[in-house]
Amino acid sequence: MTTTPILRLRGIDKSFGAVQVLHDVSFDVRPGEVTALVGDNGAGKSTLVKCIGGIHPIDGGEYWFDGERVQVHSPREAAALGVEIVYQDLALCDNLDIVQNMFLGREKRRGLVLDDTTMEEMAARTLEGLSVRTVTSIRQQVSSLSGGQRQTVAIAKAVLWNSKVVVLDEPTAALGVAQTAQVLELVRRLADNGLAVVLISHNMNDVFAVSDRIAALYLGRMAAQVSTSDVTYSQVVELITSGRSGDLGLAHSNGVTA
Amino acid sequence: MTAAVVPEKPELPHGPGTPKKNGAAGAASLRSAARNYVDRVRGGELGALPAVLGLIVLCVFFAVLRPVFLSELNFANLLTQGAGSIAIAMGLVFVLLLGEIDLSAGYASGVCAAVLAILLTDHGWPWYGAAGAAILTGTVIGLVLGLLVAKVGIPSFVVTLAAFLGFQGIVLMLLKEGTNISIRDDTILAVANNNLPPALGWVLLAVSVGAYAAIQLRRSRNRRRRGLAPAPTALLAVRIGGLAALGAIAVHLLNQERSRNVIVDSLKGVPIVVPVIGVLLVAGTFLLQRTSFGLHIYAVGGNAEAARRAGINVAAIRTSAFVICSSLAAVGGIIAASRGNSVDPNTGGSNVLLLAVGAAVIGGTSLFGGRGRIVDAVLGGMVVAVIQNGMGLMGYSSGVKYAVTGSVLLVAAGVDALSRRRAVRR
Repeated sequence: MTTTPILRLRGIDKSFGAVQVLHDVSFDVRPGEVTALVGDNGAGKSTLVKCIGGIHPIDGGEYWFDGERVQVHSPREAAALGVEIVYQDLALCDNLDIVQNMFLGREKRRGLVLDDTTMEEMAARTLEGLSVRTVTSIRQQVSSLSGGQRQTVAIAKAVLWNSKVVVLDEPTAALGVAQTAQVLELVRRLADNGLAVVLISHNMNDVFAVSDRIAALYLGRMAAQVSTSDVTYSQVVELITSGRSGDLGLAHSNGVTA
Repeated sequence: MTAAVVPEKPELPHGPGTPKKNGAAGAASLRSAARNYVDRVRGGELGALPAVLGLIVLCVFFAVLRPVFLSELNFANLLTQGAGSIAIAMGLVFVLLLGEIDLSAGYASGVCAAVLAILLTDHGWPWYGAAGAAILTGTVIGLVLGLLVAKVGIPSFVVTLAAFLGFQGIVLMLLKEGTNISIRDDTILAVANNNLPPALGWVLLAVSVGAYAAIQLRRSRNRRRRGLAPAPTALLAVRIGGLAALGAIAVHLLNQERSRNVIVDSLKGVPIVVPVIGVLLVAGTFLLQRTSFGLHIYAVGGNAEAARRAGINVAAIRTSAFVICSSLAAVGGIIAASRGNSVDPNTGGSNVLLLAVGAAVIGGTSLFGGRGRIVDAVLGGMVVAVIQNGMGLMGYSSGVKYAVTGSVLLVAAGVDALSRRRAVRR
């Protein structure tokens, strides 16, 4: 417990109609750390992320940010706090260049005219801060980029706005080996730069490679949130598949009776 | 996105944070700029290249077969013939950039021309009032079409197909079942029929080239001061010099006497429609390339979902593209009315829309959205005008002209589809 969490969720409930997707979920995210969010399909990872990002309003529970209790009702409010989410489909415009994509919807202007120079400078500085060296020109169109480079651009876009928490939804799912390594390196660098990073992943290798902490969801409940160094690969798999592993996890293995 | 195991490009010494020093020789940077361009073309971004090549080939072809094609008189005719559909095509570029279509732009221009003619001739309005009312009519038409597409959610193809039929009817009603209203207002008639005094042509050219050079050099100096890689000086020189040279040749040719009978009527100078189109070109290019609004048009055309998530009001962008399209169609209608000296039910009808869409697409604007520039409308419009004009000089019938223009449009759309596939495959 070296640092205090910047984002703290307590007792989050979320239902869609009659289906309760999240039960009493608590979740902490600390600056300077990569927190891996794992769980089987349908465990509620995406719902939790959308609650954090303000896309789904929470039904019950508390959302604490930087020591203050806040209400987040829209993506805009989440962004204003400094929470940025990079979804799996990246949401980039292929026909625009890297700088234009990074500033889309929040362009810098001088009067009526786009201030291209300032935007290019800021984009270059951000990419430099992330030690990104894989793009030849930040004025090239996104359509000419590889999958890993696109992911890099999407992450850089999220970092550009002095964000404090960056949530990455399966950033390596569609990538090859070399590109996965590069993106993971970038994820690690984000945390080393002092950001709080949430990494959603199905890939245990990725999780153990970069995360400081692992949070495992099981059927809509937080089974455990532990330090990566305290658990083994197979313990995490057990947490994902049955909600408990030895002393860790939910009191009842089916997780539904509580 | 594919999951192929492709290693990233090797690390390059010039990362984004280390701008290239401009100490290199101008020739080398020019060569690298040329190489970048070739790379882009190979990657499927053809831009205006096919239109420029096509224009050169067609001009050489017609010039060899019919030397009169190159006469000053014909050159001036070419410009005034193309102007109306170029204005409509410029508006269509905005709609095409969104991946939408406006089939009613031709008849919208007809409705606006009819409004112009009625106010001028039947009600005796001054030219500026009538022209303003005509353009306002276009704006309202665009607003209605845009709201139906963006807010109600009817596909633009259907909305504008319905409007295509509807406007045809409205033109007939406005013109009392097909009578022809002639236009006698000198100012409106001057637009497509009169020429600038030769000296004014030179002054306008000098001002345009000077302004272009000033803007380019200022931007370049600004970038260098901020430590960003500026465009190579040699490339700037080529661009500015090219514009000046082409402009000078055109103005010189147009300033020659082209009247067959000088005693009756002197005919020389740049046609007034040329600066009119020039102003629209500059304004449209500024809007699309230098403002947030323009960027958002490209963004919505490229990935509407990404634009929505970035906080862009997608419906407002869609609506305004239709507003701009129909307003420019109104300008096209005014030019057509001026050129025809009258407005009849065929103004803006028959093949006007198809030629305008053809102009935009031949110029390099993609039918799939997200790619295109205003200058495409001018280049493509010139290609269409050259085909129509050249084949007319060679004595071909309208039937052959239409068939050939149709084929060229098909080829242009094919190039667009293939280059897009090439860009996506990577």
